[in-house]
Amino acid sequence: MNLTLIISIAKSLLLARFKQTLVAAAGVTFSITMFIALLSFMAGLNDLLDGLLLNRTPHVRLYNEVAASKTQPIELSELNKNGHNFIRSIKPKNKLMGIRNSSNIINTLRKDLRVLGVAPKIVIQAFYNVGETDLVGAINGIEVEEESRLFKFKDYVTTGNYRDLKNVANSIILGKGAAERMLATVGDNIQLTTSRGERVTLKVVGFFESGILELDKVQSYASVATTQKMIGESSSYVTDIQVKLKDITLAPLLSKEYAKLFEVEAVDIQTANSQFETGSFVRTLISYAVGVVLLIVAGFGIYNILNMMIYEKMNTIAILKATGFAGGDVQKIFMVIAISIGFFGGLAGLLFGFGLSAFIDQIPFKTASIPSVKTYPINYNPVFYVIGAVFSLITTFLAGWFPARKASKVDPVEIIRGK
Amino acid sequence: MSQITLEAKNITKYFIDPVKVKVLSDINFSVNQGDFVAITGKSGCGKSTLLYILSTMDTDYEGELLIDGTSMVNQKEPDLAKVRNEKIGFVFQFHYLLDEFTVLQNVMLPGLKLGKYPEKEVESRAMEKLKMLGIEALANKQASQISGGEKQRVAIARALINDPHIIMGDEPTGNLDHKNSEIVFDVFKKLAEEFKQTLLIVTHDQAFADRTHRIIMMEDGRII
Repeated sequence: MNLTLIISIAKSLLLARFKQTLVAAAGVTFSITMFIALLSFMAGLNDLLDGLLLNRTPHVRLYNEVAASKTQPIELSELNKNGHNFIRSIKPKNKLMGIRNSSNIINTLRKDLRVLGVAPKIVIQAFYNVGETDLVGAINGIEVEEESRLFKFKDYVTTGNYRDLKNVANSIILGKGAAERMLATVGDNIQLTTSRGERVTLKVVGFFESGILELDKVQSYASVATTQKMIGESSSYVTDIQVKLKDITLAPLLSKEYAKLFEVEAVDIQTANSQFETGSFVRTLISYAVGVVLLIVAGFGIYNILNMMIYEKMNTIAILKATGFAGGDVQKIFMVIAISIGFFGGLAGLLFGFGLSAFIDQIPFKTASIPSVKTYPINYNPVFYVIGAVFSLITTFLAGWFPARKASKVDPVEIIRGK
Repeated sequence: MSQITLEAKNITKYFIDPVKVKVLSDINFSVNQGDFVAITGKSGCGKSTLLYILSTMDTDYEGELLIDGTSMVNQKEPDLAKVRNEKIGFVFQFHYLLDEFTVLQNVMLPGLKLGKYPEKEVESRAMEKLKMLGIEALANKQASQISGGEKQRVAIARALINDPHIIMGDEPTGNLDHKNSEIVFDVFKKLAEEFKQTLLIVTHDQAFADRTHRIIMMEDGRII
């Protein structure tokens, strides 16, 4: 009963100064709108930039490193068993780049419940033959379907159909930069020289654009089988096994486990790309800071308007107190006013914020480096809306608290006698 | 036969700022149920100050105040607010209605605050009071749109809504013309005589005071 009365009094006071109320609420609405739009846009951009690399990077990569062997032959000798052996100028032994027993490793990984998918890969060095000159290149032999499913390969094939890589024998998808340098178009045949000196002719079925220009000048894609044929290796030869996990945070743990289990080198995404997380984190931090500042400014606006309202309503407060409303009741009335400004202003802010995000989402944004993106990226994460709602209530609560306390302390005698 | 509604015992008050001045000294009197009392005196004699102490709004005094036999000294602010709500009705010099509300809502507010009756009943009681004062036609007008004399009668209706033990008035006719003063006085007289309502009115209008049942004269902070 008491609360409904307090709310109805607050409502009457609010509606009596509707314009002022509207201005206060508009401040909250504006800041929440900007907060939502800013964070959604920032998060969208972050996802985009991270995706540029992280989407295409395996969570765990298994490979063989060319390195000196850890136990040298002298260690096995009976001589100087108890002493230290100093060896200089150690050279790595001639070791195959291929992963031994790769098909078993792949089968084991595919059965692991923590693994989302496995894609084998062969990386070889080659030269693109353009007339008299040779351009340095790297050919990635991939399993087309898996590569597309796990690492969004098809998003980056801008010309031609990525499936042709599998369906057309001896085919290649050239990096856009490489194709431009070779003046090659889809349907052309190009010649390559492998690092072992063999010449192969491949048919161009498409172009690939990664968004990283230097990479596109060098990299091209062929199927695993074509690559194996180019270098004359058996069908079990792969140089990399790319693993995508269900939970990316497990990557550091699992990379250690796999390295031990399969006796190969393993690197996790966090170690390989730590700078990306730092960048995302700092960008997110900045957008939150700006958003919170907007809300605090709106809070000061509410504080000012409520303070003014209390000076205007001194008579009302005095009469309420004289007729039996306690200081606490008066404080509640002004808190209800502040919080309802925050609630309705915030609610409108969330709606407008969603609208503004949706609008930004429609603005064309074409960049040569990211072919799959057509409009500005937006992340519609509900967490932003929750934070916006909570913050709008908290700031208005704090902004209302001090004026409301002041109102509760108004001495009715002073007001009534003073007139 | 009569019961004591309000009793002041040795009430003394100082104004501290800017210098310590004794404004009330050793006030002793009591008001019985059904009394129609006027407190008069010249400007500055302390009569309004006394009224605000008696009304429980001013708590900065020495001595003791009893309302219905209960001491108001050392009571907490919310409890005093409750006493004002339930037992005291106020009529001020400058009518003081809440402009954001209609006449009817103004009258109803203290009743809703008390919460003794459901809203519907508070409304019908408020209409009853307005009818008694002959202003039921104004019920749905905005408080800011009625005349001064009408406002004062609405304020009286508001003072009556919770059937208070005592109605206090601070110069209730001080800001009204002769005609309206007469109307307001007649209302008080009717309340006192027909409804046995206890009334304590501060006024410097001697003609008004002379027609009440009992006059308390004050001078320089004392009752004479």
